[in-house]
Amino acid sequence: MQLSVADLTCRRGGRELFSGLSFSLAAGEALVVTGRNGSGKSSLLRLIGGLLRADGGRISLKGGNTEASIGEQAHYLGHQDALKPSLTVQENLRFWSAYLGPAENPSERALERLGLGELADLPAAYLSAGQRRRLSLARLITVHRPLWLLDEPASPLDAEGQVRLADLMHLHLTRGGLILAAAHGSIGLAATQELKLGVVP
Amino acid sequence: MSALFALFIRDLRLAIRVGGGAWMGVLFFLIVVALVPFAIGPDNALLRRIGPAILWLGALLASLLTLDQLFADDREDGSLDLILMGSAPLPLAILAKAFAHWLTAGLPLVVAAPLLGVFFNIDLLSMAAVALTLLAGTPALTFLRLIGAALAAALRRGGLLVPVLILPLTIPVLIFGVAASNAAIVGPVPFGTPFTILCALSLASLVVGPVAAAAALKHAD
Repeated sequence: MQLSVADLTCRRGGRELFSGLSFSLAAGEALVVTGRNGSGKSSLLRLIGGLLRADGGRISLKGGNTEASIGEQAHYLGHQDALKPSLTVQENLRFWSAYLGPAENPSERALERLGLGELADLPAAYLSAGQRRRLSLARLITVHRPLWLLDEPASPLDAEGQVRLADLMHLHLTRGGLILAAAHGSIGLAATQELKLGVVP
Repeated sequence: MSALFALFIRDLRLAIRVGGGAWMGVLFFLIVVALVPFAIGPDNALLRRIGPAILWLGALLASLLTLDQLFADDREDGSLDLILMGSAPLPLAILAKAFAHWLTAGLPLVVAAPLLGVFFNIDLLSMAAVALTLLAGTPALTFLRLIGAALAAALRRGGLLVPVLILPLTIPVLIFGVAASNAAIVGPVPFGTPFTILCALSLASLVVGPVAAAAALKHAD
C-alpha cells in the first residue's frame, strides 16, 4: 500500500498555503508534518482525508480497497474529539466503531489499552482534555483502517498517554499501516520522515 | 446498514438525554396552541374554524426550534468530519438522523394534537383526522428543514437563516395540511384529495431533502 501526493496545491480564503507539494508514503512508514502555525498542516491532513477539496494536484492510495475513497480507508483525528458529552465513554466508542466499519477489537479492550477501562460508564462530559483524546485514540484501534491522519495527537496527553500513543503508532506501522501526523515536536517514533511546510516564502 | 442504525440510535439517545431538547418542541407547541383560545375569546364557532390552522402553525413553528442544531452540533464537535469519512452514503446517513429527529420532535406533536382539540371545541373523531394530517405532513417539514440545517452548518451561520430559507418551502405543506384538516371538520370538500397531496409532499421531500442536504455538507469547508 502506498500513499502518493503529487503537485498538491491548497488555498484557504484566497491565501495560498502550499503549492507543488509532492511526497509518497509506503506501508509501514510514518511522515511527520511540521511547520509554524498556519502553514497548512491541518489542511493537508483534511485534504488527504477528503474533507477539503484540493485546488490542484493528485492524491492516490495504491494497493488498498479500490472501491472505497481514501477517506473511507483513513482514520482522522482532528482537534476536536468527536465525542457527545451526554453519552458515556462506552457509548461514544461503540457508536464510532459501529459507524466507521467492522470492529476489529471489542471496545472494552480498546478502553483498557488506553487506560480508560474504569471510566467506561462515565458520561463523556466529565472527561478531561487528555482523557477525551485517549477516548478518540481508542477509536483508531477498535476499527482497522490502514491510513492514520493524526492532527497533533499528543498535545493534550500526559507523559504516560504519550507513551501509549507511541506504542499504538508503532504497532500500527509494524502491521503495515501508514501514519501521517502533524506535530510540533517529536511524536515518539524512532524512524520517521519529516515534511516541513511553509519554508518556501 | 449497521452504521446507519448506530447513527439513528445515537441521535435518539442524544435527543432523549438531559439537554437533548426533544421536549422543547412539544412544550412550545402546547404553549402556542393553548394561548390562542385565550387571545380569541370564547367564540366556539370561530375557534372550531381556525383550530386546525393554529395546530398546523404551532407544529411549523415548533419544528423550527430544534432542527437548525441537527448538523451544527456535529460540525462543532468534529463528529461531522467522521460521518463524512464513513462508508455509508451521506444522504442515507442524513436520512437516519432525520428519522431520529422526527421520532423525538415530530411524533410527540402528533400525539399531543388530539388532546388540544378540547381548546378548539373540536370533537374527538375530527381531531383524530387532524392528527392524521400532522402524521402525514410533519415528516415533510423535517425533511425540508434538513436542507436549511445543512446550509447553516456548512456556512457556520445559525439563527434566523434556517427559518428564512426554509419557511417558504413549507407553504405547500401548510396549505394542504390545513385543507385536509378543515375538510375533516367542517367539510364539505372531500378529505382524501388534500390528504394524498400531503402524503406526496412528504414522499417527495423524503428524497429531495437528504440529497440536497448531503450536497450542502459535502461542499462545506
